[in-house]
Amino acid sequence: MPMNVEQARKVFERVTEAIISHKEYLTELDSAIGDADHGINMSRGFTKAQEKIKAGAYTEVGGVFKDVAMTLMGSVGGASGPLYGTLFMRMSMKFGTKQEVDSADFVEAFEEGLKGILALGKAQLEDKTMVDALTPALEAMKAAASNGEDLPAVLEKGIASAEEGMKRTIPLVAKKGRASYLGERSAGHQDPGATSTFLILSAMLEGLRE
Amino acid sequence: MIGILVVSHSAKAAEGIAEIASQMSGGIVPVCAVGGTEEGGLGTSVPGIVEALGGLLEKAEGVVLVPDLGSAVLSARSALEFLGDDAKKVLIVDAPVLEGAMMASVEASIGSSLERVAQVAGEARLLSKLSR
Repeated sequence: MPMNVEQARKVFERVTEAIISHKEYLTELDSAIGDADHGINMSRGFTKAQEKIKAGAYTEVGGVFKDVAMTLMGSVGGASGPLYGTLFMRMSMKFGTKQEVDSADFVEAFEEGLKGILALGKAQLEDKTMVDALTPALEAMKAAASNGEDLPAVLEKGIASAEEGMKRTIPLVAKKGRASYLGERSAGHQDPGATSTFLILSAMLEGLRE
Repeated sequence: MIGILVVSHSAKAAEGIAEIASQMSGGIVPVCAVGGTEEGGLGTSVPGIVEALGGLLEKAEGVVLVPDLGSAVLSARSALEFLGDDAKKVLIVDAPVLEGAMMASVEASIGSSLERVAQVAGEARLLSKLSR
C-alpha cells in the first residue's frame, strides 16, 4: 500500500496529535538534561504545520512534506526545528512530483533526510541525539523495503528499531546540544530528540493505517 | 562592503547587539538583526534568517553571520541551503555574539573582504575585558 496525498495529510495529523499528547512527557525528559522546551517547541511547530496543511491544496505527496518542513523551520524555535525540517524537506525533494510513494520511495527519501540531519547537526551515533533513533530505524526500513515489504510493514520495522535506539540513549553521555553542557550528569536519562523520533514514526504508521 | 547579520534566540538581544555593532562603525556598515520565532517567542526561525540574508545581500557583497548558540547555528546553516549560489557570499562565524558582531563591524567598515571580516570576528573570542 503506497501513501497518497490524503494519507500524507492523515499521517501528519496523527503526528501532530501524538506530539501534543506527549508534550508534557517530552518536556519532562528535556527538563532532566536540556532546557525543558522540546515538548513545547515541537507542539507549537506541529500545530502550525497542521494548520498549514489542513488549508493547503496538494497534488503531490512532496507538497505536504515541504509545507510541514518549512513550518517547522520557522516556528519550532529550537534545534529540532531545522533538524526535523531538514528531514521532511529532503524527503519532499526526493519524492519530487510523485502523487503516491511506495516503501522503496519512502526509504530512499528517509535516507536523504537523515543525511541532511547529519550534515546539519554533525551528530554521530551515540552522541545521545535523535540520530540514535533515526539511524537504526533507517537500517531496519532499508532491509524491509529491499525484501519487498509494503510501507506499513516497513514503518513497523523502523519503529521497533527506533524504540530500541531510543532506549539505548539512556546510559549515554550527551555530546551535542544543551545536554552536552551537563557532561556525565546527562547519563541515566532518555534523550528527548530520540523519543520524539520514535513518537513521530509511530504516529506516521497510525495515520497510514487509517 | 560586507554586511553583518546577528542571529539570536531573542529579537531584543539581536537588535541591541546589532545597534552596538552598527555604532562601532559609525553606521556605515549594513548590520541587521533577526531573533525569536515567527510567533515572537524565544528561538530562531529559518525563514526569518533567509529573509534577513536576502535583504542584506541587496546592499552588501557578502555577509558575516554571527549566531548566539545552539539552534541559532543550525537555523543559520539551514537558511544557507535556501540561498542557492548566494550561499557562497555568507560565512557563519564561531564567536561570542556581541564581541564578534562588533569586531566584524569595525573590520567591514575599512572595506575588508568577506574572509577577512569573518576571521577577525572569530578572533573576538580572544578579547580580554579585565586583564592588563
